[in-house]
Amino acid sequence: MKTSKKVRMNLCRAMVLMISLVPPVFQATAQAAEKEKPRTGGELVFAVGETPPSYDGHRETTFAMLHPVAPHYSTLLRFDPQNYPKIIGDVAESWSVSKDGLTYTFKIRKGIKFHDGSPLTAKDVKATYDKIIFPPEGVASARKGSYSMVAVTALPTGFGEKGAPDADTVIFRLKHPSASFLANLASPWNFIYKADILANDPRWYEKNIMGSGPFTFVEYVAGSHWVGKKNPNYYMKERPYLDGYKAIFIRDTAPRVAAVRSGQTLIEFRGFNPAARDDIVKALGDKVVVQESPWTCNLTVTVNNEKKPFDDVRVRRALTLAIDRWGASKALSQISVLKFVGGLFRPGPESQFATSEAELAKLAGFGKNIEAARKEARRLLKAAGVPEGFSFTLKNRNVKEPYEVTGVYVIDQWRQIGLNVTHLPQEGGPYFNDFRQGNFETGIDFACDFMDEPDLQLQKFLSSDKSSLNYARYKDSVLDDLYEKQSRATNHKERLKLLRQFEKRVLDEQVYQFHVLWWQRIIPHWAKVRGWKITPNHYVNQDLRDVWLAE
Amino acid sequence: MRQYILKRLLLMIPTLFGVAVLVFLMLRVAPGDIVELKYAGTGAFAPKEAIERERAQLGLDKPLWRQFASWIWGIGRFDFGNSMWTGRPITQEIAIRLELSLELAVMATLVAIFLSIPLGALAALKQDTWVDYLVRIFSIAGLAIPSFWLGIIIILGFLIFFKWLPPLTFTSFWVDPKANLMQLIWPALAVGYRYSAVATRMTRSAVLEVLREDYIRTARAKGLWEKVILVRHALKNALLPVITVIGLEFAFLIGGLVVTEQVFNLNGIGMLFVESITRRDYTMTQALVLLVSFVFIFVNFVVDLIYAWLDPRIRYN
Repeated sequence: MKTSKKVRMNLCRAMVLMISLVPPVFQATAQAAEKEKPRTGGELVFAVGETPPSYDGHRETTFAMLHPVAPHYSTLLRFDPQNYPKIIGDVAESWSVSKDGLTYTFKIRKGIKFHDGSPLTAKDVKATYDKIIFPPEGVASARKGSYSMVAVTALPTGFGEKGAPDADTVIFRLKHPSASFLANLASPWNFIYKADILANDPRWYEKNIMGSGPFTFVEYVAGSHWVGKKNPNYYMKERPYLDGYKAIFIRDTAPRVAAVRSGQTLIEFRGFNPAARDDIVKALGDKVVVQESPWTCNLTVTVNNEKKPFDDVRVRRALTLAIDRWGASKALSQISVLKFVGGLFRPGPESQFATSEAELAKLAGFGKNIEAARKEARRLLKAAGVPEGFSFTLKNRNVKEPYEVTGVYVIDQWRQIGLNVTHLPQEGGPYFNDFRQGNFETGIDFACDFMDEPDLQLQKFLSSDKSSLNYARYKDSVLDDLYEKQSRATNHKERLKLLRQFEKRVLDEQVYQFHVLWWQRIIPHWAKVRGWKITPNHYVNQDLRDVWLAE
Repeated sequence: MRQYILKRLLLMIPTLFGVAVLVFLMLRVAPGDIVELKYAGTGAFAPKEAIERERAQLGLDKPLWRQFASWIWGIGRFDFGNSMWTGRPITQEIAIRLELSLELAVMATLVAIFLSIPLGALAALKQDTWVDYLVRIFSIAGLAIPSFWLGIIIILGFLIFFKWLPPLTFTSFWVDPKANLMQLIWPALAVGYRYSAVATRMTRSAVLEVLREDYIRTARAKGLWEKVILVRHALKNALLPVITVIGLEFAFLIGGLVVTEQVFNLNGIGMLFVESITRRDYTMTQALVLLVSFVFIFVNFVVDLIYAWLDPRIRYN
């Protein structure tokens, strides 16, 4: 009897392990669940790994604000949660673009109400975007730069004081055609605020909530939890399904894993590493579902192009050639969120800008013959006069996973071409200070974006006087010019061509800085959480309107 | 005595002022910038202009002396300003967490007192017997085991054997005592055990020392009961160093339980302290340093008063 029990236990364990290694099986389960009739009621309790600085989506850049706050708001457009990156309307019922690509006209859905009962009109949308694009003095707007193509926002017949504004239509007039403008309007950060409130106090939303989203605000206990309840007047009939939600702030990974394991929280939307996933799956078995996706986040090796010998392209090229990214993908994906080999754009089937594996292999450091690459790297170092055992430092964030893991890996790779590198993990303050001031030789940098969009992903690679995200300290007018051209290219093929040129120049010809690996997003959650589909980043699809609980 | 208390209370002002100057300058010397961390810290793009604007909004573009003067002027009016990170009033942010931290400190102290004084006294009375050895093992283990590790073991034990976890959010004792105790009793035990280990060692050695004093011999010669000798003569005098240890530990618990708070996901002052330092939230860190300094100074003051009460020979004139 004991033996058979043991065998059964082992079989169960093996099955759990197999299931954990084959996420598509779980995804299929999740998709099957989508076909069920959603159940109404219940409170979704989820964990958030940080606390929100303010409540203002236009000002903040952290998921810690989005996860608890997004369910209170609507946006003009949104990414289709079941079909990313398709763009659908939220408060916009329909829209049209003029032939010259300079005028975007949005028809606002009727019957949408703010939580105080007042109607949401085009005036509110205009006021919202005016705050984001043309913030008044003393008001911070983190993504203002993404809308530099906008000349003016307008309500038809609303120019001047004479014409009565059209309550249903809002117009954006652009200075030049833009490939990214529409997608930028689907930004999950662009909560629609109430015009009257903004007129009285443009900073009111930093400490208060008044939205038109599926959930109304109940309470926020600073550092502890955030509670929302169902908005009975939400414009979509039968949504949201949940009676409410509670976001519990749990800063440390171990208690977050424990919280999911114990069922005190049913999901954490940012993502866990493989070890945490396996731990949760092992403990909960078929009570848990794992959803995985390539992530629009990556780690970059930033080289200080002003410091010798890194001002020599041969040295930089040697640095990227030495890194076995394909080997890293196999090894590091077992212990960290790092997984996918990619160029400047997220790899993966939904990524319309991803570089194919064949194209990637042509770029320095992305080939599969690592021995040949390292031989070439040694030759380049020698030609550049870099002696064997040359010493320098790699500055990094003192966050074990994935930063320190990557640092250790990269240093080991460089050691194999005769370089002697010291790892210097630092706390966030000194880290950014040193990067900003150029007080580093090489370092590990990172980026996370809310969508696959070259206008966002390429910001880091513009000349450092044009982009505050570029710490590599170089100026390259060719890249700046290519960026502008691709940004205005409305033909996808033409844009892709420009993007490949940009990518080749950054990663292969000049090797100013280079990605190591893209991340994998892993969400293990209780199977009873239904209606939520993973997206390639932890910013979109967080309004919870389609989420329901099976029990 | 009244004059002494007044003098000590007034002396707190220059001490706290010194602390204020030190913490203000030390924070400004430390590399890092809250605005940089806020924007670039999440890997997002923020234009330089937005960063500069935010700095100006927080008053970080002003000369240091002006920043210091306006902060001190605010404190003079009991206005600690707003957190640079959240923009919310600092008093509000601290008040939310102080109840939990105070309650945890009190509970851990009670655990420590109830364990350490009887065990320490017993070990001294039964010196070099198996009872003494057992108490010594218990206390040395307490010193050796970090409280956060004990916390992790407690949590793992609950998870593995009972598939249960203490509540993750704080409920005030006055709202729901059961939920409150279900959350705080475990960290209080984990912290209190380590705390009691220190106090047990101290109690044992202090009682041992006192038991060898002449007046104890005199009391025994007078034929007093051993129990009376221990409680009224030995323990009361032996408690002086124990009270000092307990007082200092209590003050430490208000802001020093960072890892334990992380392990149990407690929204306490310790976590706020570390977060505000790593975020370079100057105003919040300054206020917290002042708060913890005040607690230390005040607890020391109370301990000094207890000295006088315990030992009639001590008079503050």
